[in-house]
Amino acid sequence: MKPRVAVHKFSSCDGCQLAFLNLGETLLKVAGLVDLVHFAEAGPVAPEENVDIAFVEGSVSTPHDLDRIQRIRANSRHLVTIGACATAGGVQALRGLADAKEWVTGIYASPEHIASLDASTPIAQHVKVDLELWGCPVNGRQVLGALRALLSGLMPAGEEDKVCMECKRRLAVCVMVAQGAPCMGPVTRTGCGALCPAYGRDCYGCYGPAENANTVAVSRRLKGLGLMPREISLRFLSINNGAPAFREAGLAANELDDE
Amino acid sequence: MNDPEGKPLEEAPLFLPASRLQHLLDALVRAGFRCIGPRLRDGAIVYGVLDRATELPAGVTDIQAPGSYRVGRTEGPRMFAWANGPQALKPLLFSPHEDLWHAERRLDGGLEFIPDLPNADPLAVIGVRACDLAALALHDQHFLHGAYADPYYARRRSELFLVAVNCSHPAATCFCASTGDGPCATCGFDIALDELDDGFVATCGSERAHALLAGLDLAPATPEQVSEARRQSEQAAQAQTRHLPSRNLREALFANLENPRWAEVAERCLSCGNCTSVCPTCFCHREQEQPSLDGSSSAHTREWNSCFARDHSYIHGLTFRPDTRTRYRQWLTHKLGGWHDQFGRSGCVGCGRCITWCPVGIDITEEAMAICGSRT
Repeated sequence: MKPRVAVHKFSSCDGCQLAFLNLGETLLKVAGLVDLVHFAEAGPVAPEENVDIAFVEGSVSTPHDLDRIQRIRANSRHLVTIGACATAGGVQALRGLADAKEWVTGIYASPEHIASLDASTPIAQHVKVDLELWGCPVNGRQVLGALRALLSGLMPAGEEDKVCMECKRRLAVCVMVAQGAPCMGPVTRTGCGALCPAYGRDCYGCYGPAENANTVAVSRRLKGLGLMPREISLRFLSINNGAPAFREAGLAANELDDE
Repeated sequence: MNDPEGKPLEEAPLFLPASRLQHLLDALVRAGFRCIGPRLRDGAIVYGVLDRATELPAGVTDIQAPGSYRVGRTEGPRMFAWANGPQALKPLLFSPHEDLWHAERRLDGGLEFIPDLPNADPLAVIGVRACDLAALALHDQHFLHGAYADPYYARRRSELFLVAVNCSHPAATCFCASTGDGPCATCGFDIALDELDDGFVATCGSERAHALLAGLDLAPATPEQVSEARRQSEQAAQAQTRHLPSRNLREALFANLENPRWAEVAERCLSCGNCTSVCPTCFCHREQEQPSLDGSSSAHTREWNSCFARDHSYIHGLTFRPDTRTRYRQWLTHKLGGWHDQFGRSGCVGCGRCITWCPVGIDITEEAMAICGSRT
């Protein structure tokens, strides 16, 4: 019997599921290797099935999510989060920095139909996660690498280097040093292949914090490049604002003024 | 200047008019080389394919400072009026990312291992600096002459023709004069050029270069041209403001392992690995398996790694350099200390790249001075 795989969606934009859907012919190979028992965006719907590997996109954002993630965990041998929402709470985790209820009341005509939690949180805050794939969105190389390793009975090593390492391996010219661009590469986790710097623009941290990220020194450098404290804060409080290292740095950046 | 057998080649330098630089490129192409040279790309001078001499960065200079690199315009027609770009020869020989071998599953269930040696086109590199040649000599020592010669490096290295251009415009970050590696190339090249306003004083450094230059039918350089070239090199050495406290800091560094400066620099250091990536002598790497999706084969790859990455010091359940203090200390004590034991000299050739391309501008000469300056 082929290994069984599910792709679940929580609060998210569906972009990480495209890492599978955009594989082209390779997706047929994937379908030959495993049974895709649940993957609503691709067709099959069977969310309560037992699977060997569950890929989970999206953050826990509603009372319904709280219940669903427990059942998915109970039904899955391996649980892999895909993307910034599932791994760090996503851009929607910003609601934790505001009065979410007030926003809902202010924006929706009938707020009583909105059932959302006060915070948007990563999957690992609720259940045990076996592997986290960072990125907004994750790419095909990441999901296939994880799938292949798990099929071979291995837990793949996490990618945790700074984007700079990959940027240099691509022989891209550093946009921070050569242009003074406010690049987040030195504190951001690799996995994207240094996509933005290779096209001459600064990294905006969509893969989340790298290991041993010196956010204090980078904030100081961004200030030296002319960014205002509020702008530095927003560099961190973006897609991965829910990742503790970025949340802390983003809040601290507002204090840079008086240094 | 020595030929490969070590005999001095006592040849008078020639003069290559600037307008005839293309003839040199053409001769190299006729001899079977693909030419690589400095090109202006994305705001920096980087090596790229060079078909025409007109593609060289004429009238361009570089303005370097800790954490900053900008290109600017110069008045003159010179093509090499700059110090260096972000990379030396390293990526051409020690690939940033390559497959070393791959394994395939046979029908009987066994595995077959197949080497993936690179197809190395004969390359001629134009515009190599003295510091780059010094770094190349160190890499040769490690990759070719060590206990385990590296066939990937060796294949690329065997097909390399080197046209050095002596540095006349050192950057503010340069300190090759203090390490003894520049600004004038003394060995390890096929041809060394000194750029003057109207052309180049060409010094022959190998038998194959001799044959190539003979075909160009060049006039000897005049004594005035030769002395102008010499004066220019002396000026380039004198213009350098940075220096290391000593060429051998081994004792001083290892006597200072608990110096509080390591913790202080760790507050500034991003542990991002930019310094080691642009360093022309750093050669740390990691090897990984990249299996195909169906598991029928797997590529064994090698890519640049850094002592600033966590997995560099991961060993069987333990990361023994978990923080930036210990990682920076490892880099500096190895580069300026441990290399003396391994390679008989410091691992620093004074190119200044780690200063310029550090996003926060940490200066190796300043750190070395702060940590062991008083003990030398």
